[in-house]
Amino acid sequence: MSLNRDQINSIAHLARLSLTEAEIPVYQDSLSKIVELVGELDAANTAGIEPMAHPLTGLSARLRPDVVTEKDQHELYQRNAPQVEAALYLVPKVIE
Amino acid sequence: MHQLTLSELAKKLRAKEFSVTELTKSLLGRIAASAPTLNAFITVTAESAMTQAKAADGLFASGSAGPLTGLPLAHKDIFCTQGVKTSCGSKMLDNFVSPYDATVVEKLNAAGMVMLGKTNMDEFAMGSSNETSYYGPVRNPWDLSLVPGGSSGGSAAAVAARLAPIATATDTGGSIRQPASLCGVTGIKPTYGRVSRYGMIAFASSLDQGGLISQSAEDAAMVLGAMSGFDPRDSTSVDTPVPNYVETLNAPLTGLRIGLIKEFFEKGLDANVENLIREALKVYEKLGAKLVEVKLPALPLSVPTYYVVAPAECSSNLARFDGVRYGYRAQDPKDLMDLYKRSRGEGFGAEVKRRIMTGTYVLSAGYYDAYYLKAQRVRQLINQDFKRAFETVDVLIGPTAPDVAFALGAKASDPIQMYLNDIYTIGANLAGVPALSIPCGFVRDLPVGLQIAGPHFAEAKLLNVAHAYQQETDWHRRIPAAFVRELLS
Amino acid sequence: MTWETVIGLEIHAQLSTKSKIFSGSPTAYGAPPNSQANLVDLAYPGVLPVLNTEAVRMAVKFGLAVDAAIAPRSVFARKNYFYPDLPKGYQISQYELPVVGRGHMDIVLDDGTKKRVGITRAHLEEDAGKSLHEGLPKQSGIDLNRAGTPLIEIVSEPDMRSAKEAVAYLKKVHTLVRYLEICDGNMQEGSFRCDANVSVRKLGVEKFGTRAEIKNINSFRFVEKAINYEVARQIDVIEGGGKVVQETRLYDPDKGETRSMRSKEEANDYRYFPDPDLLPVEIDAAYIANVKTTLPELPDQKAARFASQFGLSEYDAGVLTSSKELAAYYEQVAKLLAGGKEPSKEQAKFAANWVAGSLAAALNEHNLEIGESRIDAARLAGLLGRIADDTISGKIAKDVFEAMWAEGKDADVIIESKGLKQITDSGAIETAIDEVMAKNPGQLADYRSGKDKLFGFFVGQVMKATGGKANPAQLNDLLKKKLAG
Repeated sequence: MSLNRDQINSIAHLARLSLTEAEIPVYQDSLSKIVELVGELDAANTAGIEPMAHPLTGLSARLRPDVVTEKDQHELYQRNAPQVEAALYLVPKVIE
Repeated sequence: MHQLTLSELAKKLRAKEFSVTELTKSLLGRIAASAPTLNAFITVTAESAMTQAKAADGLFASGSAGPLTGLPLAHKDIFCTQGVKTSCGSKMLDNFVSPYDATVVEKLNAAGMVMLGKTNMDEFAMGSSNETSYYGPVRNPWDLSLVPGGSSGGSAAAVAARLAPIATATDTGGSIRQPASLCGVTGIKPTYGRVSRYGMIAFASSLDQGGLISQSAEDAAMVLGAMSGFDPRDSTSVDTPVPNYVETLNAPLTGLRIGLIKEFFEKGLDANVENLIREALKVYEKLGAKLVEVKLPALPLSVPTYYVVAPAECSSNLARFDGVRYGYRAQDPKDLMDLYKRSRGEGFGAEVKRRIMTGTYVLSAGYYDAYYLKAQRVRQLINQDFKRAFETVDVLIGPTAPDVAFALGAKASDPIQMYLNDIYTIGANLAGVPALSIPCGFVRDLPVGLQIAGPHFAEAKLLNVAHAYQQETDWHRRIPAAFVRELLS
Repeated sequence: MTWETVIGLEIHAQLSTKSKIFSGSPTAYGAPPNSQANLVDLAYPGVLPVLNTEAVRMAVKFGLAVDAAIAPRSVFARKNYFYPDLPKGYQISQYELPVVGRGHMDIVLDDGTKKRVGITRAHLEEDAGKSLHEGLPKQSGIDLNRAGTPLIEIVSEPDMRSAKEAVAYLKKVHTLVRYLEICDGNMQEGSFRCDANVSVRKLGVEKFGTRAEIKNINSFRFVEKAINYEVARQIDVIEGGGKVVQETRLYDPDKGETRSMRSKEEANDYRYFPDPDLLPVEIDAAYIANVKTTLPELPDQKAARFASQFGLSEYDAGVLTSSKELAAYYEQVAKLLAGGKEPSKEQAKFAANWVAGSLAAALNEHNLEIGESRIDAARLAGLLGRIADDTISGKIAKDVFEAMWAEGKDADVIIESKGLKQITDSGAIETAIDEVMAKNPGQLADYRSGKDKLFGFFVGQVMKATGGKANPAQLNDLLKKKLAG
């Protein structure tokens, strides 16, 4: 099953990845090959089989107590921030 | 000193034959000397290593050293290390200095180990050859024109070249075992949930597991206990007691039932590699083990299953890399969309983008049932296959990789060819079972790995079975010619 | 063409846990930007979520209070989309297996009619951060303090047929979450938010019309206005030959209109899948039974009890039980008025009139909650006691109430200091009546010749002469006798 340009563009858009014109056919090709590879799954008979979301079958959520354990360390955390002003992370204007 | 195993180093440090400072200095020298050829390290933490070494020597002097005090190690650059660059092999995190330590790092620091640096790896752990790193490929110490395997290529090369006696690593589809096999060293991927994932940058959350690359099963046994255990910060961390893996290393193997996966010995396996596997099995028979054929009919679907599940999870895990709070940010974004698309488009390499897009596709509306849900059902089948197998055998033994190390660039242009390197390793990640690889010989002077897998939480048994083989053979003591001697920087 | 409105509401209520749903950061409102966002909230590389036990308990409490099934196994799922206030690039929510299943909420409309509104489901999820736009010309500032605050999303069936019904439902849910003490209901601070899904269809048609979603309305008044505007807008569109577009709209309270928020192309594919970092939540019968024992008397139960125990009308009972605190205040007043015994029906009604009347009005005027009332239950009961024992008249009592509110003193103190005691001495009243009669011979003659309406004039004059303090009942009796001659 082959993926076309529009599909590649819309996937890249959903994933917020910029693609150059030259890259589009490259990803078209490799993604189509991968889709072909995973197409092998169709042959498997999975009637009545539950999906397995993680290997820890039979275990359930562990709950933590409702206690505040963190203190304000924003200066430390914001050392890695590309653009910060008045402790706010800056991004180009968000239009509602 | 570099020719000594971790276990031997521990003894000699206790016997004060040399100091931790001397040992650390010597290894740092080897690392520096080999950097241009191997490129196994992204960051070398020389200064802090010397500080840690000094502190360790202090503990030896005062008689309060523990079993791992002063032993040097390297961490795969996927583990967050406080105050130290943590890049995950990516341009996206080239400028990232972690404000915290991963649980694994915290534990091994507390045990007194000395961190030499952060090892090179495939970008975001995606790859089987360590060719996708932003920091350039790592080379195989056995032949510098070949790949070391991946994604933990740096850790495997570092241990193989004896730049570090042991290194942490991670395994999502084979990323510990396959490079261990290609580099002639030992690599163990524990049971899912055995080792905390907190601070281990996520690739595929239901498959990732932290482990070790070492010179021997004995060395791995020494450190695995210290890095394992329940962590309240990781909801997928299992609360079962951690055994002393060293204590059971020498248990006799009489009566051991070894399963041979029928599907693994069919097509695709290099004949020379197969011979070495069969030779190894003879050693086990001599030790009292029985060989049993088992069928895991869903196992051949491991690779397609993995290439739905892993990209799906990674497409979501990597969404946080957006240029807003840390990491690479595109210059002069014209609007928010541009900020996202270019920060990610420029910050991520091709393989990462490929997997993110694959994952986005298989989760998207209309495809979720056919791909993601289907893959998770096949995963259940594979899991059931393993469970059923372990009802009749204690361990499964087979090849780790279909062939020996290949040339740099040989498979880089064909992702599918690259993915098929993991054909024997992926199953263990899907089922969450522990598995390790140990060297079992050479083909064309290149190392071959023997894979041993077991049921959940059977690490002690696996290490025991591996150790027994390593008592009868010396493949694990071989050092690549170029790295046998002292290296002068 | 008669149109029918179809409304469904999605309510996001912030759970009042101390720490966030997946991290140990504090949830207190109003902290300096990013001072309550830790590594997990900031989605740093390598961090992982760990579920808060209290969030689960609160969700179960809600489910039990709306008669819903509690899922024995529920799963967290990732809702994937990019937005600066969503640090992970996905929101941890629940999709196919929510913790609370189908339930219902009974509402009473203004005219007294009752209606049952279905609740489709309620699930746990995390809140996002905030984008701030003021003071930054071309940029927005992101504050992630709110990111990770636990939310319960309550989804109603599209059962409401008017804006009024929607408001009644919204108010009922608001009351309930406050009764359960799982949410403080503060709409200004954003702890209780509502999205309305609105569509129209011709009366009699079964198929639903295309709906628009109006987001983040933060007051009951705005809900009503926004829905009414949207209904009119949609009808206009259809009657004008157009089609209603399925989209998200924002209500603009200044202009009183809804406007389109995101373009059609941005229809998001959320690619939900179970979150591999979290295991399924398992809730057994023992846990549910335990939570059940912690449920308070619910609003409907309390209102029913007030109606039967205190003989109050359904309406009065409803008003007095609109908050747990108000109900407790009322009960205290009623009991104190009865000297610690069970209040009689008269006493109960008397107390109800004052609590739902003057007290509620004063609270409203000064924008205070019952807990901030300047007259506590004991003080109010004291005042009512003085009316009941004829120390002051009901009319004077209103002045005493005002003074109590302003000065924060007991009724007795005010009555004493202002000399407001009722005059009950018949002699004094008779004297006052005699004086008034003497001063108003004309009216007296008119009254005696049949103009009965002048009785009120004389009452007024005597009251004036006695500074309003003549006991009205006695005044009436004595006046009647004297006027008769």
